[in-house]
Amino acid sequence: MSPLLAGFTWLLLFQCAGEALVRAAGLPIPGPVLGMALLLVVLLVRRPAPESMTYAADGLAKHLSLLFVPAGTGVMLHVARIEAEWVPIAAAIAVSTVLALAASALTFQWIVRRQEREEAQS
Amino acid sequence: MNTHEFFELWVYLAATPLAGLTLTLVAYCVGWRVYTRCAMHPLANPVLISVVLIVTVLAATRTPYDTYFAGAQFVHFLLGPAVVGLAVPLAREWRNVRRLWKPIAGALTVGMLVAVVSVLGVAKLLGASTVTLLSIAPKSVTAPIAMGIAQKMGGLPALAAVFAVATGIFGASVGKYVFNACRVGDMRARGFALGLGAHGIGTARAFQVDPEAGAFASLAFALHGLLAAILFPLAYLALTRL
Repeated sequence: MSPLLAGFTWLLLFQCAGEALVRAAGLPIPGPVLGMALLLVVLLVRRPAPESMTYAADGLAKHLSLLFVPAGTGVMLHVARIEAEWVPIAAAIAVSTVLALAASALTFQWIVRRQEREEAQS
Repeated sequence: MNTHEFFELWVYLAATPLAGLTLTLVAYCVGWRVYTRCAMHPLANPVLISVVLIVTVLAATRTPYDTYFAGAQFVHFLLGPAVVGLAVPLAREWRNVRRLWKPIAGALTVGMLVAVVSVLGVAKLLGASTVTLLSIAPKSVTAPIAMGIAQKMGGLPALAAVFAVATGIFGASVGKYVFNACRVGDMRARGFALGLGAHGIGTARAFQVDPEAGAFASLAFALHGLLAAILFPLAYLALTRL
């Protein structure tokens, strides 16, 4: 069987398992997220990941930005609301995105530098 | 072929999922071409170019979004298995995750809080409506998860997806300039911040710039999605019960 097909089937099976668990237990998280968590646990126990799964997952990750295009096109459904509230929407997204990028990058670099300095000393 | 026949052909094609699916892929190929021609300049974002092209075509042909989505849903659906597949880079990078758990946990906590507090603060200050606030709160979380979160809190899932995609495009475009201005040169820190602040679109951008940045971006993207999916509904429940 082609590795793409086998890997893709595995991903769908874990997604199904995630969806089923979410429904059955009434959990407040999306099914694919639980599917990812389940797959992570399995992969950490049984390392490394089968080649077919790596192939399918990396293939999807490589074209990740394509997958957001249909959702982004949904902007045409909300033109009226966005027109009416474009100032708060644009300002909130712009300010908050710059702040989140700066805050997480600075925090990461600050802690990693401290840690690596300590490791170098000991 | 006369105009009438052409019109009939168009009506037939537009009614099948084929048109929406083809349009999505053609627009993305064009967007990707432009992006690579511009030497992958962050401002020539392929998602932005594709969305502008598709909206222009749909508006010109007066095709409703639902008709388009009948075809585009096949691409949209792949977000599910793509999210599941994030476990693969996470497992691959697990050694790094364990060694660098302190900066990861620190940046994740700070970044998540800054993202949600600042977006709600600015939007509320400038007078956004409640539905907009509930839909924009998870804007830094990847679109499929943001949609689920918004739905659980009473926002509009489709609007949440639009805000998330807009955030991803904006973050992927300005990241380089923000990091340079903050003097963050560490590729792990830059990648992690892109995945956290600009989810999948930022992660895609990070992979194009540097493989190590990409690995840390997918790590942040996956962890943020997982945590946000759990914490947002809980925080909302706690706040509304107070």
